[in-house]
Amino acid sequence: MVRSSIVTLYITSQSFPYTHSHYQLLSITIIPTKMSSEASTITSEPPTTAVVSIGSLSTNDTELTLGLPGGNSRKSGAKRTFSVTTDLKLGGTDRSSLECSVVRRSPSSKEQVVGWPPVRSYRKNMAKSGCKYVKVAVDGAPYLRKVDLELYSGYQQLLSSFEDMFSCFAINNVMEEMKLMDPVNGTEYVPTYEDKDGDLMLVGDVPWKMFVESCKRIRLMKNSEAGSSGMYKSQLT
Amino acid sequence: MSEDNSGGGKVRNSVSGAGTVTGTVAGAGEYFTAYPDQVLENVIENVLVFLTSRHDRSTVSLVCKSWYRAEAHTRSDLFIGNCYAIAPKRVTDRFKRIRSIALKGKPRFADFSLLPVDWGAYFTPWAHAMANAYRALEKIYLKRMLVTDDDLAVIAHSFVNFKEIVLVCCEGFGTTGLALVASHCRNLRVLELIEDDVSVSVDEVDWISCFPTEGTTNLESLCFDCVEAEVNFDALERLVARSPLLKKLKLNTPVSIRELYKLIVRAPQLTHLGTGSFNPFVEINQQQGDHQEPDYAAAFAACKSIVCLSGFREIAPEYFPTIVPLCGNLTSLNLSFANVNAEQFKPVIRHCHKLQVFWALDSICDEGLQAVADTCKDLRELRIFPVDAQEYDEGPVSEVGLLAISLGCRKLQSILYFCQQMTNAAVIAMSKNCPDLVVFRLCIIGRYRPDRVTGEPMDEGFGAIVKNCTKLTRLAVSGMLTDRAFSYIGQYGKLVRTLSVAFNGDGDNGLKSVLEGCTNLQKLEIRDCPFGDSGLQSGLHRFYDMRFVWMSSCRVTRQGCLEVARRLPKLRVEVFRRDEEEGERGDFVETLYMYRSLDGPRPDAPQFVEIL
Repeated sequence: MVRSSIVTLYITSQSFPYTHSHYQLLSITIIPTKMSSEASTITSEPPTTAVVSIGSLSTNDTELTLGLPGGNSRKSGAKRTFSVTTDLKLGGTDRSSLECSVVRRSPSSKEQVVGWPPVRSYRKNMAKSGCKYVKVAVDGAPYLRKVDLELYSGYQQLLSSFEDMFSCFAINNVMEEMKLMDPVNGTEYVPTYEDKDGDLMLVGDVPWKMFVESCKRIRLMKNSEAGSSGMYKSQLT
Repeated sequence: MSEDNSGGGKVRNSVSGAGTVTGTVAGAGEYFTAYPDQVLENVIENVLVFLTSRHDRSTVSLVCKSWYRAEAHTRSDLFIGNCYAIAPKRVTDRFKRIRSIALKGKPRFADFSLLPVDWGAYFTPWAHAMANAYRALEKIYLKRMLVTDDDLAVIAHSFVNFKEIVLVCCEGFGTTGLALVASHCRNLRVLELIEDDVSVSVDEVDWISCFPTEGTTNLESLCFDCVEAEVNFDALERLVARSPLLKKLKLNTPVSIRELYKLIVRAPQLTHLGTGSFNPFVEINQQQGDHQEPDYAAAFAACKSIVCLSGFREIAPEYFPTIVPLCGNLTSLNLSFANVNAEQFKPVIRHCHKLQVFWALDSICDEGLQAVADTCKDLRELRIFPVDAQEYDEGPVSEVGLLAISLGCRKLQSILYFCQQMTNAAVIAMSKNCPDLVVFRLCIIGRYRPDRVTGEPMDEGFGAIVKNCTKLTRLAVSGMLTDRAFSYIGQYGKLVRTLSVAFNGDGDNGLKSVLEGCTNLQKLEIRDCPFGDSGLQSGLHRFYDMRFVWMSSCRVTRQGCLEVARRLPKLRVEVFRRDEEEGERGDFVETLYMYRSLDGPRPDAPQFVEIL
């Protein structure tokens, strides 16, 4: 069945081009754009995205090609390459006959445009995915706390926050082992955590980033318990 | 203005100076004069007392010298839309009896990091000028100004009867300054910090404890939701308990829901509440027995006066339904920090049938907007902010939500809508369904995006807005626009005072249409558009009537700016670049910011700013 496809393209340049005549058309790439099904109630099929690349060039690389972006035309060393939108009404073509790249390109998401979108800085980063909340339990305390591991840049900061949160603690760095101590009764607490695999680990064993990635919950264990649970033995293996 | 009538010994014409002869007057009842000027001035002054609109007062002051003097003598509220339009000394020379002042500093694009740090807008010279000239000052309103702790100290120490301070989008001060205001301004009624960047320091001062601790306070409004530093909660609780007049209370993020509870049971008379985090922060450790959670819903139900609700800065969604008892009374609800989805949102919004102002995140999706449209028939203002402020092909809200709102909320007057995609059809529908629109700000985050369905530019949509919404005064455009869109704006946007343009347009004709057509344009802010010198020149006849023009990353050249500066000597033409520039722009100016001014180039301009 013959259908016409409306192809829409997006301008993705960071700043508008100047009036220099040596910008040349490099290539046009047709890429299907994903559309969520509930939104496309009006069109019968999702539009495709075509990226038209234009760059400044001194070579003769100006032929129109259908191909993936990133071909040798890009290596012109152009300071300012950008893509231009035009409407291409591809009449009479069946979608399946188009040589479509399945790579969905959102070039603009890679470029950091200053001050765009016009949202004030404290309103940015509202996405939950930025948070890495884990529960912190202290043996013997009635309340759990939640900490957002994304907020800290390292173990020292994390321990400091425990000091603040559970104000009875003081950090006691003994021989590079991280421990917390309650000065009132001299009880030592060892920070431990449960990782993705359900294993009980000592906080500080793995590099920070790996810890943030794998930590599920944190438990400040009384030192006596830590010894008896064979924590130190498992560390040696 | 009772002192004007007290005892008649006052000699009016001593104020005016030139031209009139001084003479004493016996008493109010025996007032006789051979100098009709004095009588006239007295009469005018007594009449002008009732004139509050600054536009009317401006008109009055232009009638003649006598009226100018009378008006200057009786003006008590001062509004200065651009702190660099006039020097403080000229203000204090002209007006002698100012009780309240409103000052605005940086242009709005400063909010989006487009203005270099240290550009200016310092409050300090104003603080000192007013400390000398206006001892009876009661109110200060500042927007986008740099206010230091020292400035707050000056305020705290200089004005005996100081009552209100409102700082919006300001920065440069911290808890030290706040403590000074709290301790010294014994008559303080209003302390509002709105979207300020309050400096965080190593030693935070416990400013809440600095309010007078004895007796009751006069506090009516205390808003500090933007302050990051935790406040002393016990002191806050005591403060609220002895502030019987407190109507507005906006708490900051560290305040937990349990602490909120303690406050609202002490202040059932509140009308405006900012909830703080709306999060318990702690979780009951299951093994350790049960601790009773307060009955939040009952506490909210007891707050019969609350009409405006905001906060929810780190909302724990399971607590959201506790506000339902309040919803029937709400006229304003701000959820713009609450990442709640449609499922969590709908059960709450369906009770808010009196809502007039609604701010939220796009996490509520088109579905949530439909729920708003179904319930909030009285809605006047809507703002939808993006949870994830980046360009994507799709987003949680779209033309579907906009259309739903337009169909359900016919009384809409103001909208700010962030989305990734839009259609002309939806925008046209809104223009027809919501003819009362005064503010239309559509931000299609994907730059240069055309109509998602037709692939056409968004010209017709915005054209319909300016054509059908005859009361429109503020417009922000986005998406792919050609000269045609701007030609519509110029043709129909006769009442438009503020216009924001970004990543649009074909060329100079667009700018030309706007500058020639929008006869009431006051504020023009443009970024990343192909507008150049000839477009700029076409506005020469208007720039003296405008508050400012901002053009960044456009195609104006230094030569073009020089030409404007040459032709319009009372226009301050500033050119500068942002801090980190990638590559040269050649002859093109990075940022042009120009504004009219009665005084010479500002003395505090930093090195990187060139004033032509």
